[in-house]
Amino acid sequence: MHSLAILLIEVGALLVLLGFLSRLATKVGVSAIPLYLVLGLVVGGSGILVEGESTEFLEIGSELGVILLLVMLGLEYSASELVTNLKSSRAAGIVDLVANGAPGFAIGMLLGWGVVASVALAGITYVSSSGVIAKVLRDLGRLGNRETPTILSILVIEDLVMAFYLPVLSVLLLGAGLVQGGITLGISLLAVVAILIMALRFGDHISKLFSAEHPESLLLGVLGLTLLVAGIAQQVNVSSAVGAFLVGIALSGQVAARAEKLLSPLRDLFAAAFFLFFGLSTHAPDIVPMILPALALALVSMGTKVWSGYLAAKWAGIGVLGRWRSGLTLTARGEFSIVIAGLAVGAGAQPLLAPLATAYVLLTVMIGPLVARIPETTWFKNWALKQ
Amino acid sequence: MSVRIEKVDLPGIGTRHDVITTEGRRLGVISHRSGDREIAMFDQGDPDSCSDSIHLSDDEAIALSEVLGTSLMLGQFSHLGDKTTGLFTEQIILPANSPFAGKTLGDTKARTRTKASIVAILRGSEVVPSPAPQDGLEAGDIIVAVGTKQGLEALSSLLCDDKP
Repeated sequence: MHSLAILLIEVGALLVLLGFLSRLATKVGVSAIPLYLVLGLVVGGSGILVEGESTEFLEIGSELGVILLLVMLGLEYSASELVTNLKSSRAAGIVDLVANGAPGFAIGMLLGWGVVASVALAGITYVSSSGVIAKVLRDLGRLGNRETPTILSILVIEDLVMAFYLPVLSVLLLGAGLVQGGITLGISLLAVVAILIMALRFGDHISKLFSAEHPESLLLGVLGLTLLVAGIAQQVNVSSAVGAFLVGIALSGQVAARAEKLLSPLRDLFAAAFFLFFGLSTHAPDIVPMILPALALALVSMGTKVWSGYLAAKWAGIGVLGRWRSGLTLTARGEFSIVIAGLAVGAGAQPLLAPLATAYVLLTVMIGPLVARIPETTWFKNWALKQ
Repeated sequence: MSVRIEKVDLPGIGTRHDVITTEGRRLGVISHRSGDREIAMFDQGDPDSCSDSIHLSDDEAIALSEVLGTSLMLGQFSHLGDKTTGLFTEQIILPANSPFAGKTLGDTKARTRTKASIVAILRGSEVVPSPAPQDGLEAGDIIVAVGTKQGLEALSSLLCDDKP
């Protein structure tokens, strides 16, 4: 068969399946991410796909998916929101980072994977899934709750930490010597800070490059700028994802709001390609020996997340029930854990990271929204108030 | 009299304004970036959580704010209502799907059909007292009418049912 024909047939069939899965997920009320991952695992394990053709296409698609996920995240927040949240919830953010990075790092070291893979695993257990958590808050009608700003500000800080964590991870993955690595790291962090300051100071001017009135030119322009900055960032080892995130931060006002609307169908398409490709490139049989470590990791890191979330709400002056609600809501990990695992494995770190991250995200993304509902039950309310 | 309103940012979602009433109850209005609004009633047992939240579309939010904002004015009208005379006043908000949205008062033939009399139309901060048949009606208008109970009921179904 002609190679283009194979590509179209395979990609088309996969997209149709993804479409059905997304509909199923909406109907059941769960996140579609785990379903996409499982589809990738199943298709990859079955060996139906013809070598080369559509996997290459999906690989590029998945790179775009990461970039689009991050630029959309940046568009959601304005630079001033980031700064205010960083100021007001700094302590809670540090506890969140330490308490939830530690289990991942410890398990990585226990498995004998070395420092670099352990740092990647620390990132995987640290970042909560802002997508899943925002959906849970909406579904449970908790947007009006007083602990909700605390939950959201933790998510904002985590995303900002990602802007510094990803370059550090990229440099570690390069495996350069101490001096060479230090210089590369210095340059990349300097670049992040420079772009962040530019976004804060000159965000308005950058937004003025585009007109919110012309949808087509706005779509092309914002997408172009995102890819351009992502490419430059990749070149100086900052990681393309961080470059995209910073572009999102820099854009503000009408332009950001419109661009968010225009880019979201693209994000949906390419993010689905990303999760599918991650599943495809994970060796399915490797998951079996990783189930126990993943389960242990999920239990411990969900516990630490509950604790750090509880503490954050306590410091914000929230009552006992609200503290439990924030802790239990924050437990789901998702898209960014997979992004980190994809980055690490792509750069040649411990290949078993991929099956471990897959099993871990499948567990937390399923259990997280369930435990978030626990504080609604009467027995829990009675128990918590007795304490 | 001053009212205490707290503004809270909800990063990625929008903002929330909390009103604390003199009774000590807390009422939150969540403004989504998409323009949607939500009203959240805070639980009395657990003041951090809301016992219920009601989703409002743009139009509904505007209509509700007009009702709340003009309540003082409407209160003065309702003094007319006197049980002994059997005469009542009522405020009817013209819904968007009303057959008379965009038509004139004369088109409704309300007085002939229902024996109830439309005495004023409130549109935002604007008041049209004793409107004439050629005065226009718009969705969201608050129509102040005087009549018997049956007359007012007939008027309300005439104006609000989308079948003419």
